[in-house]
Amino acid sequence: MAYLAYTLTMSNDKSIFMPGELTSGHHQIGVACTACHSESFTDKDVLQNACIDCHGEQRKKPFDSHPREKFTDPRNADRLENINALYCVTCHVEHKPELADKTGLTQAKDFCVHCHQDIAKDRPSHKGMEFESCASAGCHNYHHNRSLYTDFLVKHMDEEDILKTAVVPEKELASVLEEITTYPHDRYPVTPLTLKNIDAPAKVLFKTSEDIKQDWLSTSHAKIGANCSSCHITEIENNEGSKWKNKPDHKSCIKCHDTEVNHFMQGKHGMRLKQGLTAMTPGDSRLPMKSDAKHKQIGCNSCHQAHQYELNTASIDSCLSCHNDQHSLAYKESSHYALWKKEQSGELPKGSGVSCATCHMPRIAVDVSDWLRRTVVQHNQNANLVPNEKMIRSTCMSCHGLGFSIDALADKSLIINNFNGAPKRHIESIDMARKDNERHLKDITDE
Amino acid sequence: MKLSTLVINIGAAVSMSAASSTVYAAGDTVPVKAMADALHLVMDSDRTIYTRKIVNRLVKKEKVIKASEHFDDDKALVLPAQMFRFGSELVQKRAKKLPDVNFSYSLQSLWPINKQNAPKTKAEKDGLKFVADNKGKNYYTEETLGGTKYFTAVYADTGVAPVCVSCHNKHKDTPKNDFKIGDVMGGVVIRIPIDG
Repeated sequence: MAYLAYTLTMSNDKSIFMPGELTSGHHQIGVACTACHSESFTDKDVLQNACIDCHGEQRKKPFDSHPREKFTDPRNADRLENINALYCVTCHVEHKPELADKTGLTQAKDFCVHCHQDIAKDRPSHKGMEFESCASAGCHNYHHNRSLYTDFLVKHMDEEDILKTAVVPEKELASVLEEITTYPHDRYPVTPLTLKNIDAPAKVLFKTSEDIKQDWLSTSHAKIGANCSSCHITEIENNEGSKWKNKPDHKSCIKCHDTEVNHFMQGKHGMRLKQGLTAMTPGDSRLPMKSDAKHKQIGCNSCHQAHQYELNTASIDSCLSCHNDQHSLAYKESSHYALWKKEQSGELPKGSGVSCATCHMPRIAVDVSDWLRRTVVQHNQNANLVPNEKMIRSTCMSCHGLGFSIDALADKSLIINNFNGAPKRHIESIDMARKDNERHLKDITDE
Repeated sequence: MKLSTLVINIGAAVSMSAASSTVYAAGDTVPVKAMADALHLVMDSDRTIYTRKIVNRLVKKEKVIKASEHFDDDKALVLPAQMFRFGSELVQKRAKKLPDVNFSYSLQSLWPINKQNAPKTKAEKDGLKFVADNKGKNYYTEETLGGTKYFTAVYADTGVAPVCVSCHNKHKDTPKNDFKIGDVMGGVVIRIPIDG
């Protein structure tokens, strides 16, 4: 009894009170009940706000086809009686992993039927289809249903498997720095620095190797005015000054790379940090990880080595130092990796190679403020992972035609062998859109 | 009743814009029908201006930009119907934070391109038919939805520009392809909760 009372009031780990194991999406933060149940265990709105706090941005982008506002309209009151679309927990129940599928869905898979039972009347091509197949065939996704709409399928229906220009977009930070309002322009004006400008305190500089200085000098940090103090000096709470920190963490990086760090903390790599817990270790993961990596703590510098910030390492080697599943282990045999090597050797143009990060941390256009959209590296590697059709537009279509991309992502064996070969499954969505389009063109001609 | 505060707010906004110093007493109300009519007047005027002075001017007259249902992908103007719907969704979101403000509205049609915008309730079905059959007249009724009683008003939505008509007639999902300018193409439904 005393143990329970202590755990309830004093301990950080309250998992003993958990009603059931958490799903794979949240098991890492299970010790922090208040991450989701902040003020109350019974108030649905409190819980809803917790969901939105982490998932709000992902839910909206690229386009939320079922926004909450659609259902607060009284004309949909009868629909809410069937399925309460105002709350995430209607379809995503935690603490019941035995009910949840890979997408975290705990509703019966034919839930679309509640509102779209007449779809075959409006879309004759859908006649006879089971409602369980809406999402499972890779066509529809409740939250981003607009990403593969009919006109989009028609627009891209005749594309080659591999596009003539197969490169990923360039990322932007340096080129738009002036426009980023959250960047600390006053303290660190954009100006190139040399070894003479180093501003570490003498007692630190005394112990700093030449290699470290040269590493820093070779990076963008030195070129745009980010000095030692930019990362190593951290503010002390309550405005009581600042202090030197030998090993800066994400709280330093976020000062200039807020979009990246915030995305990182939305994904499984950084979600514990967002809750103020210790960093995630590969040992916490439910995926196969390398045994010698299980105790590593994941922060920005786990993938981006301090002072060097060598992006090639962060794109492949960092991932493979922990991940030990079949897909990861097959990467170096893949044609994607062959392209990467050709890009590195200069045989192919910049952006032609495909690393782990190319697909899992794609370069996407993000509205970083109300006024600025820039191409950033999506540091939430879970954002386009489930359902995997999310990857089609953000990643595959930089280099591949739409039809090839849809088929490839539907072929499980191809995913396991890291896309070594051609897709053996075929999804009919483009064929259906083509027929629909031909019917429409005929209708217009006949009139 | 929540409504009384809502109409006072609207009244205050009107008085401010007229540079008047009128102070409203707590009991002042505007009849619910006048309230709905005023809301509709603002919606319909904004909708007309967006269609004429933005979409039709830039797309048809100046030919400098497209308007597209897929405005994000096509880097185009949002369609007038989408503009109206996004406004309605924003109102839903913002009104939630204003405890005394409570109304909703939507654009519907007996011939909807998106079938989710077909009338659903009896009031919507009767109202849309009435405004289509009785040009120039509005439809007012009361209905109970999800346990709440509403004053429901339906106003005709008319094709004001050639783009309205041509786009609806040609769209592959349209159930009607012989609209003409000036035709009633749908209706605006406004709902205000009322005490029983």
